[in-house]
Amino acid sequence: MMIVAAVASTGCKKKGSDPFPASGAVAGWEKTAETRTFAAKNLSDYIDGDAEQYISAGVISTSTSDYKYQGQLEATVDVHTMSDPAGARKILETGVTSDAKRIAVGDECVQYAQSITFRKGTRLVRIVAYESTADGPQALLALAHGVEAKL
Amino acid sequence: MESRRDFLKVAATGALALGAQSKLGFARILDQHAAAGKSRVVIARDAALHGTGAQPDEKRVSALLDRAIAAYTGREHPAEAWKRIVPANLVSEGKVIGLKINGLGGKGICTHQALVMAVAERLQQIGVKPGNIVIWDQNDHFLEACGFTINTNPSHIRCYSRDQAGFEDQQESWGTARIRITKILTRECAMVINMPILKDHSMAGVTFAMKNMYGVVDRPQDLHASGCNPGVADLNCIPVIREKVHFTIGDAMTSVYDGGPGFHPERLWQPNALMVGEDRVALDQIAWQMIERKRAEVGMPTLTAAGRPPRYIATAADQAHNLGVNDPQRIHLMEV
Repeated sequence: MMIVAAVASTGCKKKGSDPFPASGAVAGWEKTAETRTFAAKNLSDYIDGDAEQYISAGVISTSTSDYKYQGQLEATVDVHTMSDPAGARKILETGVTSDAKRIAVGDECVQYAQSITFRKGTRLVRIVAYESTADGPQALLALAHGVEAKL
Repeated sequence: MESRRDFLKVAATGALALGAQSKLGFARILDQHAAAGKSRVVIARDAALHGTGAQPDEKRVSALLDRAIAAYTGREHPAEAWKRIVPANLVSEGKVIGLKINGLGGKGICTHQALVMAVAERLQQIGVKPGNIVIWDQNDHFLEACGFTINTNPSHIRCYSRDQAGFEDQQESWGTARIRITKILTRECAMVINMPILKDHSMAGVTFAMKNMYGVVDRPQDLHASGCNPGVADLNCIPVIREKVHFTIGDAMTSVYDGGPGFHPERLWQPNALMVGEDRVALDQIAWQMIERKRAEVGMPTLTAAGRPPRYIATAADQAHNLGVNDPQRIHLMEV
């Protein structure tokens, strides 16, 4: 913990550090699965045809893990590491619809009732919940901030 | 018989007057249509399938499956209907029946466990032993996303992945497809029931019956070029796929009309339907129409305008592939 605090205070983070908050690091959220990481060449094993748009935008790797909020609301966090910020911007802007809510997380962020997508530097983060609940949007936002803090 | 008359409606090109048909008469008309060269596709719907929850009601899913299979086979009793789907010799000889599901989209958009278990239940009712049923998909994560636990114990329904079974050493080829096939299909299963889930697809346009076969091979990524055309059609022409995977029970209870094949809850939609048939091309043609209708309803451009029409469907229907029909005039669509 001392090392993490020291790194955070200098703003100099180890490249490739784990962006996934541990259980309890964000109030109510538990990390329920091991992190899985896919290199660009294997990304289709995870997201099939979706992989192509990430590859053309310069994805280097994608890591994913599952979470649960207060033992009930399940969610998945995907962290895509792109070769440059333009790739992250391209992917984020491709999927945005008019009903998206713009919020302040990272360099740019959009939120829907069950999902949040944000970019920060070369990272693109997508958090998706599998149910629509009253407290879901606020819980997803908290988790997004938790991930952002680790990037 | 009243119930059948109540729920049966012939749509699109069928134009049959079924109002006064008896059960046997209904079956006879279906046979006549088959003889006339029309491919049958049944869409069974239940608007109350989901109730207020995110998951469909299990009993209603089972009833919907029975309705779909009854309409397709012309046999009202489930056991009799299923005997027309699964050849008797496969059951008597203790052959293995595979259920190829689709869990790629993760928990939010995968073949529903309730549907898969309802099919497994009906198979057991016609004499298929639990251990002779194999639920399978590309990898363990996909299966677990659908809610299944990996099991290879033959005293129960088995569930394991393509990756776990491994692949044949010998490469198969047809057209552009150069692939190795999972041993689940080549060695384990005598027959596979295809159980895809209806989705928009960022490259192929639509993913449903034929595209679900990408989970059968070692390098599906090699078949994605040019909007998966002719990759999808070529793959389905591989003899072992063409011959063993000849019936589809498609999950259209939940779908994504854009942003697929992954889970995009903001583009989620509940058609509350099952689609069944033997003609994989006809099924995909009807699936495409369903996606287009939904996209039009929400004001989205057509898949053609979006630059990703599912061209592989016409390719699959062409003379070289001859996998089925995509001409609506040659599809007998029944909505029940």
